This record gives sequence, C-alpha cells and structure tokens, in this order.
Amino acid sequence: MHSLIEPLLLAVVLTTFAVLGTSRVTACVRMLAVQGALLGVLSVAVERHVSPHAVALGAGTVVIKALVLPWFLRWAMREASVRREVEPAIGYMASLLLGAVVVGLSFAVASRLPAVGGEQGTAAGLLVPIALATLLSGFVVLITRSKAITQVVGYLMLENGVYLFGLTLVDRISFLVEVGVLLDVFVAVFIMGIVVFHINREFDSISAANLVELKES
Amino acid sequence: MVVLALVIPLVGSALAFALTSRGARLVVLAAVSAAHVGIVGALWRTPRSSALNGWLGVDSLGLVVLTLVSILFAAVVSYAIGFLREESPRGGRWFAGCLLAFLAATSLVCVSQHLALLWVGMETTTLAIAPLIFHRHDRRSLEAVWKYLVLSSVGIAFALLGVFLLATAQPMAPGSRPLMFGDLLATAHSLDRAWLRAAYVFALTGFGTKMGLAPLHSWKPDTYGEAPSLVSALMSGALTSCAFVGLARFTAIVFAAGLDDFARPLLIAFGLASLVVATAFVIGQSDVKRLLAYSSVEHMGLLVLGLGVGGAGAFGSVLHVLNNGMAKGMLFLAAGNMVMATGSSAAADLRGLRRTRPISAALLLVGLFAVTGSPPFGLFVSEFAIVTGAIREHHIWVAIALLGLLSIIFAGIGGMLLGVVFGERASGDEGNGSAPPESPWLVSGPLALAAIVLLLGVYIPAPLRESLADAARMLGGGVP
Repeated sequence: MHSLIEPLLLAVVLTTFAVLGTSRVTACVRMLAVQGALLGVLSVAVERHVSPHAVALGAGTVVIKALVLPWFLRWAMREASVRREVEPAIGYMASLLLGAVVVGLSFAVASRLPAVGGEQGTAAGLLVPIALATLLSGFVVLITRSKAITQVVGYLMLENGVYLFGLTLVDRISFLVEVGVLLDVFVAVFIMGIVVFHINREFDSISAANLVELKES
Repeated sequence: MVVLALVIPLVGSALAFALTSRGARLVVLAAVSAAHVGIVGALWRTPRSSALNGWLGVDSLGLVVLTLVSILFAAVVSYAIGFLREESPRGGRWFAGCLLAFLAATSLVCVSQHLALLWVGMETTTLAIAPLIFHRHDRRSLEAVWKYLVLSSVGIAFALLGVFLLATAQPMAPGSRPLMFGDLLATAHSLDRAWLRAAYVFALTGFGTKMGLAPLHSWKPDTYGEAPSLVSALMSGALTSCAFVGLARFTAIVFAAGLDDFARPLLIAFGLASLVVATAFVIGQSDVKRLLAYSSVEHMGLLVLGLGVGGAGAFGSVLHVLNNGMAKGMLFLAAGNMVMATGSSAAADLRGLRRTRPISAALLLVGLFAVTGSPPFGLFVSEFAIVTGAIREHHIWVAIALLGLLSIIFAGIGGMLLGVVFGERASGDEGNGSAPPESPWLVSGPLALAAIVLLLGVYIPAPLRESLADAARMLGGGVP
C-alpha cells in the first residue's frame, strides 16, 4: 500500500494546479471531486495494516468529498444560474505561478520540521509538505476568486489540506480527528451553500464583488 | 453534573426546534437558562469535577468563563422575551433552538479538557450563531453573515490545523494521552519545540480570528452591526470569550514548554495592533453598534496583551474576560433598546431618546464609563492589573502606548455616547407621548449585568479571586 502514497500525493498536487489554472467553474468542481477521491484512497493507503475502520473512513471520505459535496456545488450552480467563467482577480498564469511558489514554500517549511512518524519511511515524508501546499493553494483560490462558488471551492481545498495533515496522525489518535474534519467540511459547506443560494436570490449573480455594500460610512 | 451542563441545553434545543408554539419555545428557553445557572452554581461548590474519563473537566479558567456565559445567557433570554414581543421575527423556530445550541456549544468549549473536543465546540458555536445573525433576511445581514462565515471558517480551519500540529508535537509517550490538556501541561517540556511553534502560530491565527483580533477583525463591525442586538451581545460577550479560552489553553502549554520568548512578542504585537485599529476606527464612528464592535476589538486586544506581558497582566486578562463580557452584553442590550425604538442604529437618529427610554439611556451612560475602564467599574480593576503587569515585566513602552490609546478611545466612545444620551433630536418631533414605556423584560437583563460589573469593581468574592489567581498562574502569571 505504501508504494501508492507517493503517486497519490503527486496526483493531489496536480489537481491543485488544475483548480488554480482552469477557467471553467464546472472543471474546478470536477477536480475537487477527483481530489476528494484521492484523499479517500490515501486515508486507507497510509495505514500500516488495513483495518475495517480505515476502509470505512476512506469510503466515507470518498462519498462526502467526491460525491456529495461536488453534487451539492453543482446543484447550487444550477439553481443560481451561475455563469461558467471563473472570474479570477489575478489571471490564470499568475495563479499557477503562485501555486508553484506555494509548493516550493511548503517544502521549504516542511524541511525545517522534524520528521513525523519515522516508521512510515520516506513516503510519509511527502505528506506534510503536500498537505501544507494544498492548504495554502486553497487559501490562494479563496482570496483571488471573486465568485462565491469558487471561494467555496478554495475553502474546500483548504480543508483538504488540513485533512491530509490529519492523516499523519492516524496512528495515534483514531477517531476524533475524522469526526472533526468531516463535520467541519460537511456542515460548513452545507450552510455556505445555502447562503450562496440565498445570495443568488438577493443579487443577480453569485459574485462576491457585489458584497461590498457594507463599508465605513 | 458537568455533563448536565451540556445535555440540558442540547435537549432544550431539540425541543425548541420541535415545538410549534412560540410561548412553549420561550418557556423552554427560560427553563434551560435557569437550569444552566443552577448547574454552574453547583459547580462552584464541587471542586474540579470531571466526567467522561477526563475528557470533560472544570478547571479555574473554564469555570470563570462558563459562569460568564451562563449569566450573560440568562440576561439575553430575559431580553429576548421582550424583544420577540416587539419584533416578531420570521423563522421564530430557529431563534430559540439556535440560542440553546449556542449555549450547549459554548459550555462544551469551557469544560472540554480534550483540545479536539474544544475545537468541535468552537466550530459548533460558529454554526449555531450564524442563522441568528441572518435574522432579518435582508441584503445587509446576508452580506454580514457571508463575511462572518468565510472568515470564521478559515479561522476554524487554521485552529484545527493548530490542534493537529500540537498532536504532532506530542511524542508517542505511553503515559500521556494525546491532546489532553492536563497531560500536555504536565509533559510540556518533552513536546517538540519546532512543531509546537508551528502549532501556536496556527492556533493564534485561528482563535484570533474567532476573537476578532486585528488584523483578523474585519467581520466584527459588519456582523455586530447587522445582527440583532441581543445576538451581538452574545457574540461579543460569550463567543469571543470562548475563543479566548481556546487561545489561553494553547498559550498555557506553550508557556509551560518554555517558549515564552516566542509567544509573548506575538501576543503583544496582536494586542497592540488591535488597540491601534480600534482607536483609529472609534474616532468619527457614526453607528452605535459598529462603535461597540470596535470597542470589542479593543478589549480583545487588551486580553491578549495581558497574556503577553504576564505577571499581573495574566490575572488582569482573566478578570477582564469576565468584566468585558458583562459590560459588552449590557451595552449591546441597552443600545438595542434604542435601536428598536427608532429602527436605526446611526447615532444621529438616536439622540434625545432619554425621554422615552430613560433606563436604557442611563445604562448607555453607565456602559460608557464601564467599557472605557473608569472606576468604580470592574474593567478599571482588570485594566489596571494589565498595565501594572506591563510595567513590572519591563514593558514600559507597552504600558505607555496602552494608556495613550485607552484615553483616545475614551474620547471617541464618549463623544458618540454622550451625544446620544444627552443630545436632542434635530427635528424635535419626539413629542409622541404615546410611546410605550420601557418593558421590564428589556431592561432587567442589562440592569443586572451593570450591577455585576459595578460589584466586581468594588469587591471580588473570595472563591472567584481564588479561581482567577489559579487561572492566572496556569497562564504564566501571578496575582497582582
């Protein structure tokens, strides 16, 4: 199983870049679904011995991150008649460059932190920097996109980064980690989705740039 | 007993969502609130109770904040009865249910000894309060709740990463249970310092966002401005105090591990930044609720500053959580009465209301002096302790900056509130003597809170003083 970790993590990085560089919102959501599926497989792959608990966690992750949430996002997009362009604030080339910088930064920071779980060998050594990179890339998407839907995508990517990091702890703390993360993702996005839906009712398009009415008067 | 503090509000919340009659919901709300106050009173008498194999436990810091939450909630509930009578909200079913869920979640944060469980509680408070902010269902409150959710979600995610990093810092020692606060404190010296530093940065950012420290405070003025005043009262009094509990627990661990030189400058920087931002925006502010929001930023800065300077400052911080929570709650409720009378929260529209709302106007005046740290109110004592701590721990410039900024803030807040309390209406059409007298529901809560703030300025009961000192010691400080 361990031989799978490295290619899976690299695939996660690829999906991150795909989200940063694409101009279509549906493609963003699709890449996010792929990322969720990868995370589900990873959560089983990092276990030293595959237990029923690990398989259940992996399956649950795949269901929520790869199926339910992307479906919910697509539903919100349909209901709100969201236009298909991403409307970024900084351009796709700049986004991709920023993504590359973020990955480099993550590896630099992770190299200064002592190794985690030495028994798992070098494969797990990639987990920390890539978790950090996913988190920071999600943050970049969150702050450089003007559409509310794409901001939710960015937040979900940020969450995936935190989840990836949680996988390094899977040996030590078994269940609360999963509950926390899944609860967070599920419910927060659920409410954000409802809010996005309402935003459409109040405004003509789900663009967060419209949400600037409140300022110091 | 500890578990009851969580279970009763949860059951009440479920009941409130299920019941269809508003009267029944209010009865549940009042009953749960009263029961919660009773339970907290009992907890003061049983020292160090714990439950669930140590996952829940009442220590000094948790008990102090839990008491604040309980009393503030009771005041808000009595206010809500009057509020719901005057303004019939859409979706009244959500109101009581969310309030009770909020009570359960904040109680969880206070009594949780397992840091991941604390985080779950923090997360739940964010979710429980969001529908209440969106109460009016209009464009401005939609914008406010969206900003709040985006910033809070990112903050919560960072805080969770902080928890994860802390767990990584904990070695796989068979003796210490992962993420248990007590164990972490006891084995602090064996925690990995690099991971611990990383954990603290994320925890400070995450919990700091929830507290509303600058520069992560931008959700505060919009949210406190658009939410119903009693929701703002709860947020500024209870929710930020719970975020402080989360931050304080991380800080205690970091101090115990000997990373003072790393953590204290960070805390002082955030504290001063918050004070500066608050000062800048308090001057020339035209909206009462936004003014109070910036005052909240100021006081969160004070809390963090007290932690950072240490010594008497730590004692001041813990006392200040209590004082500030009550004072803010009282101010928001009193301001809420004024806003309800005119439908606007702009200061210009609120002038001259002392004729129809004399008690609320008096409370605003009291609140002005309380929240700017004048004696004889409790906030003077806690702010004095923080300044003393700063001077004694060789942070003279911090103390000087603090005093300077506080005086400017006094001028800023005083300018607006004195105008509201003593000013006259520009149009002079306040002669409608048919305005209803102030409902006792709407003033009894804030009056009680004001009385407590006054009491704490003059006399701190011995059990409270002991708990405050104990909490201060845990946070790397001492008694003044």
